Amino acid sequence: MPVLLWTDALIFLLVAGLAGFAYLVRRHPHLAVPWRRVAADPLAMAAAVVLLCFTAVAVLDSLHYRPALPPGPNGEAQYAAEVNSVLDRALAVLVEHQEKSYSAPFATRLFAKEAISLPDGRTVRDYPRLAWGGAHLADPDRGRAGDIAGKAGLGLALGLAAWLPAAWLVRRRLAAGGARRAVLATLLAVCLVAGVLAVLAPYYHVFGTDKVGQDVLYATIKSIRTGVLIGALTTLVTLPLAIGLGVSAGYFGGRVDDAVQYLYTTLNSIPGVLLIAAAVLLMQAQLETHPDWFETGAERADLRLLFLCLILGMTNWTGLARLLRAETLKVRELDYVIAARAFGVSDGRILTRHILPNVQHIVLISVVMDFSGLVLAEAVLSYVGVGVDPGMMSFGNMINGARLELAREPVVWWQLVAAFLFMFVLVLAANLFADSVRDALDPRTRSRT
Amino acid sequence: MSGRGLEVRDLRVEIDADGGRRLVPVDGVSLSVGERECVVLLGESGCGKSLTALALMRLLPEGAGIAAGRAELDGESFFELPERLMRARRGGRLAMIFQEPMTSLNPVLSIGQQIAESLAAHRRLRGPAAQAEAIRLLEAVGLPAERLDAYPSQLSGGQRQRALIAMMLAGDPSVLIADEPTTALDVTVQAQILRLLKELQQTRGMGLLLITHDLDIARDMADRVAVMYAGQIVEWTSRARLFEAPGHPYTRRLLNVLPSAARRGERLAQIPGRVPAPDAALVGCRFADRCTEVTPSCRTEAQVLREVAPGHWLRCGRAGTAGLAGRAAEAPVVVVAGAAAPATTRPVLELRDLKVHFPVRRGLLQRVAGQVRAVDGVSLAVRAGETLALVGESGCGKTTLARAALRLIEATAGQVLLDGEDIGRLAGEALRRKRSAMQIVFQDPFSSLNPRMRVADIIAEGLAALRPDLAAGPRAARVAELLDRVGLPGDAGGRYPHEFSGGQRQRIAIARALAVSPRLLVCDEPTSALDVSVQAQILNLLAELQREQGLAYLFITHNLPVVAYLAHRVAVMYQGRIVEQGDADTLLGAPTQAYTRMLLDSAPGHGL
Repeated sequence: MPVLLWTDALIFLLVAGLAGFAYLVRRHPHLAVPWRRVAADPLAMAAAVVLLCFTAVAVLDSLHYRPALPPGPNGEAQYAAEVNSVLDRALAVLVEHQEKSYSAPFATRLFAKEAISLPDGRTVRDYPRLAWGGAHLADPDRGRAGDIAGKAGLGLALGLAAWLPAAWLVRRRLAAGGARRAVLATLLAVCLVAGVLAVLAPYYHVFGTDKVGQDVLYATIKSIRTGVLIGALTTLVTLPLAIGLGVSAGYFGGRVDDAVQYLYTTLNSIPGVLLIAAAVLLMQAQLETHPDWFETGAERADLRLLFLCLILGMTNWTGLARLLRAETLKVRELDYVIAARAFGVSDGRILTRHILPNVQHIVLISVVMDFSGLVLAEAVLSYVGVGVDPGMMSFGNMINGARLELAREPVVWWQLVAAFLFMFVLVLAANLFADSVRDALDPRTRSRT
Repeated sequence: MSGRGLEVRDLRVEIDADGGRRLVPVDGVSLSVGERECVVLLGESGCGKSLTALALMRLLPEGAGIAAGRAELDGESFFELPERLMRARRGGRLAMIFQEPMTSLNPVLSIGQQIAESLAAHRRLRGPAAQAEAIRLLEAVGLPAERLDAYPSQLSGGQRQRALIAMMLAGDPSVLIADEPTTALDVTVQAQILRLLKELQQTRGMGLLLITHDLDIARDMADRVAVMYAGQIVEWTSRARLFEAPGHPYTRRLLNVLPSAARRGERLAQIPGRVPAPDAALVGCRFADRCTEVTPSCRTEAQVLREVAPGHWLRCGRAGTAGLAGRAAEAPVVVVAGAAAPATTRPVLELRDLKVHFPVRRGLLQRVAGQVRAVDGVSLAVRAGETLALVGESGCGKTTLARAALRLIEATAGQVLLDGEDIGRLAGEALRRKRSAMQIVFQDPFSSLNPRMRVADIIAEGLAALRPDLAAGPRAARVAELLDRVGLPGDAGGRYPHEFSGGQRQRIAIARALAVSPRLLVCDEPTSALDVSVQAQILNLLAELQREQGLAYLFITHNLPVVAYLAHRVAVMYQGRIVEQGDADTLLGAPTQAYTRMLLDSAPGHGL
C-alpha cells in the first residue's frame, strides 16, 4: 500500500517546481544566460552531479509504502505497521544484516569480548564472529585482505561498466569542454565508489555497525533524505515569508515597512536556538499527548520533521527579507517602474512584472547558499536534542550518538566518520554550486552589459 | 623628447576577453603634452580614451595590459619601471583626477589628512610644514583654509573636485591627467573647475591632458587636440586648426552634429551607423562604414597617421583631397523643428502655483522638523506643438516638478491642469484614463527599460494598462508601427533591451511613451547620457514627432545648446522657483535675471 507522507508530497512538489523552473529558463533567453555560465563552470557541474546523486537517493527514499502481509482470516488485505521506502527495498540486504552490537569497518568479529560457549562445553571470553560480516570466510584472519581486494576490484570493474553508457549519454548531450570533462570525471568517481560499495556491502559492514548492530552505511544513506529535506523544505517555508514581507516592505514603504522591520528586528533579537528549542519542545509535548493522531511511527517522525522545517523557516526568513527590502527600495526608484506608474499600471502588476523578476537573482543566490547552512543546522539541533525525532536516521542523530562512543576506550570512531564524510560531501557540493550560482547571477560580479 | 612633459609613442592596450579572444581598445596611440600645454583627448564613449589615461598611469584593470609602446615623462621612460618606483611617479610627477569626485576621496579621512598623506609620500613633508603646505594648496584651488578639517561628505561636488585637485598638486606634477573631471558637475561649477585647471596649468607650468567628450570644453581649454575614434587617434592638431579646418571626416561630422541656436529649425546632421564593435576584425579605416567620402581603398588599406600640414596629423587616406568643399555639401537644410510655434492654441498642461514640499523628520517620534521646498510655487503652461525647456542646475527641483506634473508624486499645494481639467482631484479609473495624455522619457536609457522584458512587451505595457479593450492582434500591429516610427528594425520587438545601444534604448523608451498617443511628453534630460552623434539622432526624432503629431514637450535639460536649438520657450528654475520665463530667443539673447546670465555664461564654448 503506497503511503504519502507530508514531506514526501512536499519533496515531489519541490522536484516538480525545479523542473518547471528549468523549463521556464529554457524558454527565456535572458534567464538562460547566467545558467549557461554556471553550466560552463567545471567545478559547478561536478558539484551538480554530486547534488543530483544525493537528490536521487532522497527521492527514492521518499517513495513510501507499507508492505502487504498475508491476507487476514476474512480475505481482507493486511499491511505491516512499519513504513518502508523503495530505498529500503533496494538496501534490504543491509537492513537484514543486523549484528549484536558494535563492530569496526570490515571487521569479522564483534568489537567487544563476550563469553562464548565452545562445542566442548567450556566457556571462554573472546571476540565472537559476526553473524554476517565476513561470515562467508572460512578463516577470517588469513583470507580477509585478499577477499576484500578481490571484491573491490570486481566493484571497480562493475562501476566502470556502469559508467560507460552514462558517459556515452553525457557525451551526446553536453558540448565538449572543461565542464563536460568535469561531469565525466565526477560520474566516474561516483560510479566507482557505488560499484565498490555495492559489491562489498553484502559481505562486510563497510562502515561498521552501531550500538544495536545496525549497518552504519545504511544509516548514513538513510540520513541523506533528512538532510536534503531540511535544506530544501525549510527554504520552501522561508521563501513566501521573505519574498512577501521583504518586497512589500520595500515597495510600499511607510507603515508596512515599519511593521515588517519591527517584526524582523524582534525576531532577530531572540536567540534562534532558544526559539527553536521552545517551539520543538512544545510540539513534542503536544504529540505525546495525542498518540492517536498517527497510524505509524514514521508518520509521527515525519510530522516532527515537517514541524522542524517550519520552525527553522520561521526564524530564517529575516536575512533574505532584509536583502529583498533593500533591493526593492532600489528597484522601485528605477525609471522603468516610474514609467509603469505613469501608465497607471496597478501595484500588483508592477510587483510581478517589474520588481520580482529583477530581485529574483537575490532569492536564488540566497536559496542555494542557505541550503548547506540548513543541513548543518539540523546536525547541530539534533545534537542539542531539539532536532528531528530520535527514531529518525539523520546526520545530527548519528553525531549525537557518537558523543558517547568517542568517550569509550578504545574509541568507536566509524559512526562519526561516516556521518561526517557524507555530510561533508553534500555540504561541499552545495557550497561550490552556490558559489558558482552567485558569481553567475550577482550583477555586481559582472559588468553592466 | 627633452625637457618637461609627457610623450607617448604607439601605445597599445590589450584585454583578454572571454573565450580566449583578445580585444585591442587602444591601438597605436601617440601624443605629447608639453610644458604649460593643455592637450585635449576628445572622443565619444567607448573610443578608448579613459583606458589610454589608465594605461599612462599604469593603473589598468585586471585582464588589461600594455602590449606595446613607450611613454616618457620629463625624458624618463616609465613603462619599464618596477612598480615600486612607479608608485613614486604616480601622484608625484604624473597625477590624475577622475570623473566622480565622491568615490575618488576616502570618506573617513579629512581633506587635510588626505593631502598630508600625499605630501608625506611625494615631498617627505610632515608636521607643521605639511600643514602649512596643505593650506597653501587649498588656497591655490580656491578652498578656504578651514576646509582642511572637513570630511568629503561635508563638501559639495565642486568643492570635492577642488580638494582632489589639491591632493594631486601635492606631488607637484609636471603633467596632470584629468579624465572627464567635470562631467558629474553642474554647468556653473564646471566652468569654475575648468577655469581653475587652466589657471593652475599656467601658473605652475604644468602639462594638462584633459580627456573629454565635449567639443565645447575642447574649444575652451585646448592648445592641441587629439581626436580619438575606435581606439585610434584620427586627427592631431592645434585647436585653431581643428575648429577652423578639420581634416578627418569624423571630426567634421562631429562638429556638424552639435545643436545650436544657429541650426534652429534645421535637421541636425547625423553620423550613420555605429562605432565598430570592440571585437570586430578591423581592416582599413575604422570610420569607413560611416564615412560619406569613402573610397574602395579605405576599406582595404590600413590608415596611418600622416602629417598633412605642419603640426596637423591625420589618419585618412583622402586627406587633402576632401577639404572644406566636402563639408559644405553636407548638412542639407531641412526645416523640422518649427521655429514658429502655434502660439494661440490652448495649453495642454498648465501648472498653477504648484508646490511640492517634503517633510524633514527628526528624532525618536519622527516629528516634522521642517520642510524641503523642492518646488515652491511654480506656474507655467505648455501648448500643443510647443517645446518648453525647463533649465536649471541639479537639485533645483526640475525632476520633482516633472513628477508632480505627471502626478507620480502628490503636490502639496497648487493645481495641475491637463486640458483645463485639474488632475489633482482625480482618482482611480478617471486618473488612469487621463494618464494616456501625458508620458515621460527618462535620462538614463539603461535604467528606464526593464531588462527582464522583451521590447515588444515593454512598448505594449502602456497599451495593456490604458487600452485593455485592444485585442492582441491590433496591439502587436501598433507595436510594430511604433518600432518603425522611431527607426528600429522590425525584429527588435522580440529582443531584450541589453542587445541595444544607448541611443536605440532611448528610441524604445520614446516608442513606449508614444504607444498611448499622449499629447504631452515630459523629456527628463533625454539626451544627456548619450554621445553627441546619437544626441543629434534623438533630437531629430523628437522634432519630427512634434511636427507630425503636434506633441507638447516639457523638456528638462541643463544643456543650453540643446535648448537654443529645440525650445520655443524657456523657463529657468532655481531653488524650486521659476526665476525667468519667456520666449527662447529673447531669454537666451537678453536675459534679465542675474542667475540666467550666469548660467548662460557658464556654458562651455564661449571661452573662459
